[in-house]
Amino acid sequence: MSVLRNSLQRATRQKLFLPIFCMVLVLLINLMKSASFFSIAINNGVLYGRLIDILNRGSEIAILAVGQTLVVAVSAGTDISVGSVMSLSACGCCTLLAGYGVNSTSTLVMPMALGMLGGVLLGGLCGAFNGVLVANLKIQPMVATLILFTAARAIGLLLCDNQITYIRYDPYKYLGNFIPGIPIPTAIFVTIAVISVAALFLRKTSLGLYIQSVGVNSRAAHISGINSGWICFLCYLICGLCSGIAGIVASSRIYSADSNNIGLNFELDAILAVALGGNSLAGGKFTLAGSIIGAYTIQAITTTLLAMGVSTDQAPVVKAIIVVIIVVVQAPVFRDWIGNRSARKLTIAKVAAESGSGEGVA
Amino acid sequence: MKKFLAFAMSLAMVFSLAACNSGGSSASNASEDSTSAAGSSEAGAPAGSSGGDLITVGFAQVGHESDWRTASTNSVQAAFSKDKGFDLQFVDCDNNSAKQLEAVRNFIQQGVDYIVIDPIVSTGWDTVLTEAQSAGIPVIVIDRTIDDSDKYVSWVGSEFTNEGLAAGAWLKAYAEKKGIKEINALVIEGTTGSSAQIGRTNGFKKYADANGWKILDSQSGNFTQDGGQSVMESYCKSYQGKFNVVVCQNDNEAFGAEDAMNAAGVKYGIDGDVVLISFDACKAGLKEVLSGKINADFQCNPLQGPFCADIISKLAAGQTVEKKTYMKEPWYVSEDVLTDISYTNNAGNDVTEPLIHVTQDVVDKAY
Repeated sequence: MSVLRNSLQRATRQKLFLPIFCMVLVLLINLMKSASFFSIAINNGVLYGRLIDILNRGSEIAILAVGQTLVVAVSAGTDISVGSVMSLSACGCCTLLAGYGVNSTSTLVMPMALGMLGGVLLGGLCGAFNGVLVANLKIQPMVATLILFTAARAIGLLLCDNQITYIRYDPYKYLGNFIPGIPIPTAIFVTIAVISVAALFLRKTSLGLYIQSVGVNSRAAHISGINSGWICFLCYLICGLCSGIAGIVASSRIYSADSNNIGLNFELDAILAVALGGNSLAGGKFTLAGSIIGAYTIQAITTTLLAMGVSTDQAPVVKAIIVVIIVVVQAPVFRDWIGNRSARKLTIAKVAAESGSGEGVA
Repeated sequence: MKKFLAFAMSLAMVFSLAACNSGGSSASNASEDSTSAAGSSEAGAPAGSSGGDLITVGFAQVGHESDWRTASTNSVQAAFSKDKGFDLQFVDCDNNSAKQLEAVRNFIQQGVDYIVIDPIVSTGWDTVLTEAQSAGIPVIVIDRTIDDSDKYVSWVGSEFTNEGLAAGAWLKAYAEKKGIKEINALVIEGTTGSSAQIGRTNGFKKYADANGWKILDSQSGNFTQDGGQSVMESYCKSYQGKFNVVVCQNDNEAFGAEDAMNAAGVKYGIDGDVVLISFDACKAGLKEVLSGKINADFQCNPLQGPFCADIISKLAAGQTVEKKTYMKEPWYVSEDVLTDISYTNNAGNDVTEPLIHVTQDVVDKAY
C-alpha cells in the first residue's frame, strides 16, 4: 500500500506528470462517451481513426509549440506573429510555385521542393526580423512580434495578388495528406522530424543549457561568457522556421494559400500548448516534451468537441472551460493548497495515531 | 560583423515592409488621387456636365477578401464605366467600417450624384444616411443589409433563403428521379450568424422538415476549405456509411469535404453513393460540377453592377424604384436529368426556375 502511495507520489512529482494527466483526462472523457473514439482501422489503404486525426491535425500546433517553447524560455515573452507568419510562408510558397498573379495552376514554374524551401526560409526571415528587434534592439517580445502579427498576413495577401492561389498539382498535397502507399499521414512524419532535430540540438549541444541560463538571468549568462543576444536571436529564428514549416503543411492540406485563414488564431494555441506543457511563461527552465503533449491535448479537445457534435460556435466556450480546469490544476497556488491539505490530513492522522485511539485512522 | 549582419537583416526587412507598404499605399493613393481628381472635376462640374454629362457615383466596397468580392467589384466597375455615361469613384474599405463611413462622408462632401454602399456592418448608419438625404444624394445599398436606417432608396442583393429552398426542391426532385427513398443529410454550415448561413440553413431545413429527411448533423465550417475538411473528417467517422447527402454552404467548404471523403474512401458525386450539394458556384466550383463531383451548385450572384446601373438610370429618369431587388440567381447541375424545379419562394410565390446543365462553356463564362 505504502509502496503504491510512494510511487504515486513520485510520479506526481515528475515534471511531465501534469501535462500527461491532462491529456489522459481529455481522452477519458471520450472513453466514457464512446469507446469507438479509440478505434483505429485501415480504411481505403490508410490509417483511419480519431486518434490518427489528433496526431495529424495537431501537427501544426506541435511544430509551432517547439519554436514557441524556446522563445518563451529565452525571453520570457511570446512570439504572437507565428500564425500570421504561417500564412505568409504559405503565400510565399504558392506564389513561387504558381508565379505571381496566377489564381490556379497545375504546372509549377519551379521545382516543388525549392518553392517549399522558399516558403520556410520566408518564415525564417520573419523569425530573424523578430529576433533582431528583441535581441538587439531590446524591444518587448510582444510589441516586437506585434509588427509581423499585423503585417505578415497582409504581405501574404499582396504576394498572392489579393486572391487564393491554388496549386492543383498532386504531389503538393502529399505533405498535408498522404503519400500514396504510405498509410500514415505525412504531417506526422514532418512533426517527428522537427521535434527530433530540435531535441537533438538541445541535447547534443549546450544550446538547451544556454537558453535556460539566458532565460533565467540574461545578464548573469552574459557575464559568464554566453552571448545572450545571439542565443535569443537564434530562438526567434528557429521559431520563425517552425512557423514556416507549419505554414507549408497547412497550405498543403488545402493545396492553396488562403491568406485570410491559414494559421488564424494559431498563435494562441501555440502559447497555450507551452503553458499546458507546464512551462513557466516567465522564461527559464523549459520542457519541450511538455509543450508537445500540450499541443496534442489542445487538438484532442478540438477533435473531441467535433466528435461530440458540439456546434462550432459553442466549442470555444467548452474549450475555455476545459482549459480553465487544466490551468487551475497546474497553478502553483492550487498545488500548494492541495499539498497543505494532504499534509494537514497527514498530521491529523499522525496525531490521532499517537494519541493511541487508533479508531478513525483508516 | 554580427552587428553588421543584424543591421543588414533589419534593413532588408524594413525595406521589404516598406516596399509592400508602398505597394499597398500607392494603390490607395491612386484611389484617393482619383477621388480627389474627381472631386476637382466635380468642382468644375458645371463646365464638365454641360459637355460630357457624366453621372458621378461613389462606391464604398467592403474589401477584397474573396473571389466573390472581386467579381462584385468588377461587375460594378464595368457597369459604371465612362463610356456608359458614369464617373465611378471606387473606395476599397479593407473591411474597416470606420473607413467606410469616412468614404461615404467624403462622397457627400464632394457632392456626387449617387452613392452605392456594400455595408461592412449592418448598424450605425442612420447619421451618415441622414446627411446624405439632406444633401439630396440617393443611396443604394448592395449585397449586405442596413438594419438601423431606412434612409436609402433601394437595396440589391441575394435572397439566401431562396438558395436554400431551391437546393431542397432540387434534392426532392432528384431523389424521386433517382429512386432515392431515404435521405440522411450532413450539413456543413457557413460562418454562424452570417445572412448566407441563416438563409441557406432555413431554406433547406424547411424542405427537410416537410419531407421527413433526416439531418444527421449540422456544424460550421466557417466558409473555409480547412473548416470543411476537418468537419467532414469528423463526420466520416461519426456517421460512417449512414449518410447519403452532404450539403456545404459554399464552394470552399465543398472542396475540403471532397478531400476528406477521398481520404475516407467515400464515393460521392454523380457516380457515387453520396450527393454533394454546394452554394456560391464560383468558377472552381463549377469545374467540380462539370467533372461530376458536385451534383448541384446554387449560385450566389455577385454581379450587382447591372442591377445598380438599372436602378440609377430609373432614378435619373424620375421613376420610382423597388425598395428591395433580389437578383436573379442561376442553379447549376451536373446531370441532364432535370430541366427545372418548382418551389414556393420566400416571398410566398410559386416559381419554376430552370436548371443549367454545366458545360465547359458555362465554366469559362463564370466569375
